[in-house]
Amino acid sequence: MLRDITIGQFFPGESLIHRLDPRFKIVMTLLYILMLFTGSHILCLAVGTVYTVMAIALSKIPLKMFLKSVKPLLPFLVITAAINLFLVNTGDVLFRWRFLKITEDGLNISLFMIIRIVLLIMGSSLLTYTTSPIALTDAIERLLSPLKKLHFPVHELAMMMSIALRFIPTLIEETDKIISAQKARGAEIDTGSMITRAKNMVSILVPLFVSSFRRADELATAMECRCYNGGEGRTRLRQLKAAPRDFIALAVTIIFYAAAITVSILLK
Amino acid sequence: MPILETQGLTYTYSVGSPFEKTAVDHVDLRIDEGEMVGVMGHTGSGKSTLIQHFNGLLKPTSGKVLLEGKDIWEDKDKIRDVRFKVGLVFQYPEYQIFEETVYKDIAFGPKNMGLDEAEIKRRVMETAEDIGLKEELLDRSPFELSGGQKRRVAIAGVMAMEPKVLILDEPTAGLDPAGRDKILDHIKAYHRRTKNTILIVSHSMEDIAGFADKILVMNKAKLFCYDETKKVFGRSEEISQIGLDVPQITRVFDRLKGRGLDFGKEVYTVGYARDLLLKQLSEREGQ
Repeated sequence: MLRDITIGQFFPGESLIHRLDPRFKIVMTLLYILMLFTGSHILCLAVGTVYTVMAIALSKIPLKMFLKSVKPLLPFLVITAAINLFLVNTGDVLFRWRFLKITEDGLNISLFMIIRIVLLIMGSSLLTYTTSPIALTDAIERLLSPLKKLHFPVHELAMMMSIALRFIPTLIEETDKIISAQKARGAEIDTGSMITRAKNMVSILVPLFVSSFRRADELATAMECRCYNGGEGRTRLRQLKAAPRDFIALAVTIIFYAAAITVSILLK
Repeated sequence: MPILETQGLTYTYSVGSPFEKTAVDHVDLRIDEGEMVGVMGHTGSGKSTLIQHFNGLLKPTSGKVLLEGKDIWEDKDKIRDVRFKVGLVFQYPEYQIFEETVYKDIAFGPKNMGLDEAEIKRRVMETAEDIGLKEELLDRSPFELSGGQKRRVAIAGVMAMEPKVLILDEPTAGLDPAGRDKILDHIKAYHRRTKNTILIVSHSMEDIAGFADKILVMNKAKLFCYDETKKVFGRSEEISQIGLDVPQITRVFDRLKGRGLDFGKEVYTVGYARDLLLKQLSEREGQ
């Protein structure tokens, strides 16, 4: 069950999207999110959809993976759609039953919201699917580096992020193991009443905390043994260098963003 | 009647995804009551997946697991009872310890079985003695103990459920030789007292050669062989070929055989080798 989590998963590849500079990818993702939130006309989203489909096609990652990333948020989508569907009262009434009524506006808005959220999730999954966690944190560190002047611990933040990302799969595996071990001792974890289940959570959380502290301790020692002393004067093995393709991709994104703005102004 | 039996047991991970992998492939087994079985196999041979079927932690993709002649998946709601009858000690079991005192941690399993206080106490005391934990340790926090002691607490936690079949996955992994011998001795003592079936997973033949009645070898998801210890070591060449180490002493005697000194017997413990050699020498002196 725990293995189904796709957050932060990375699919190695050689596609154009994979090879883009991670800094540009982050900036483009931010632009993309802005694009989705520009204007409230369905055509603005059409621009976003074209952009998403294009990017997914270029990434050569199966569409199935993107659908999988939307899956955990399905309940959220359904609730959002339902609220909009039943609470928007303007426009022609399409359907009426007792106190519930569905109007044309309500239908439009809920469809709009669903598409917007799905695009948002797919687009941001594309970033993590095509960028290794290391590249991602490197890029964040570079992008935030101006904040160093304000004594903001950029390097430390990036290091913490990469360590956290690195340990997600390890901890998932560990949790799986502990669950199995306690089940073998008769703990009711996915059966039994709510109270026994909650009680049995202790038998999973305590070992998990203990082992997280142990791992943190070991990692700290290992880092010290290799003379780690923060970001000061540290050089990198892989320097991030922008290539022409990065600027082209950024230009394409800006054009799409401009298109979305134009559409929303013209259709106001 | 065998206590544990599998029929065409097959398990495939992540069916339908690109990561699909068959970890256990059509395994047919019959394990008799009271036997001490060594389970061997290379990393990734499917031995850990196999043993997780015996107590119903994994459900076979196809095939059956029979406990005392009954399919354990016949009634899904009874699967917990199967876990009390077949105790499974995972690798590095000390990482599952969570209670405030050693006593409470050993009592966790028996408590889940719904036993009364007196019975729980009897079981905790008995298993603590079997596994060599002194009584004054029982009130201590398990997190203060040494690595080897913690491991023994965790093993006791499963033993205290008094399962008819006890399965231990690499119980000696990561311990020093003294800690290893201690744990194996205590497991032997437990076996002598309870006469229960025991399965020990290990990839070190040295560990189990000395006391396993039978040895089960897994190779590439398939059952390679399941036979009496001496017969399995009689196939030492095949076993080396699938990447497993036979005991050093067996290798020595294989070499001797190659040089023309054939004792006509399978040697897999140092003690036995010594007796054999001494007998041979005294016969020569007699001539």
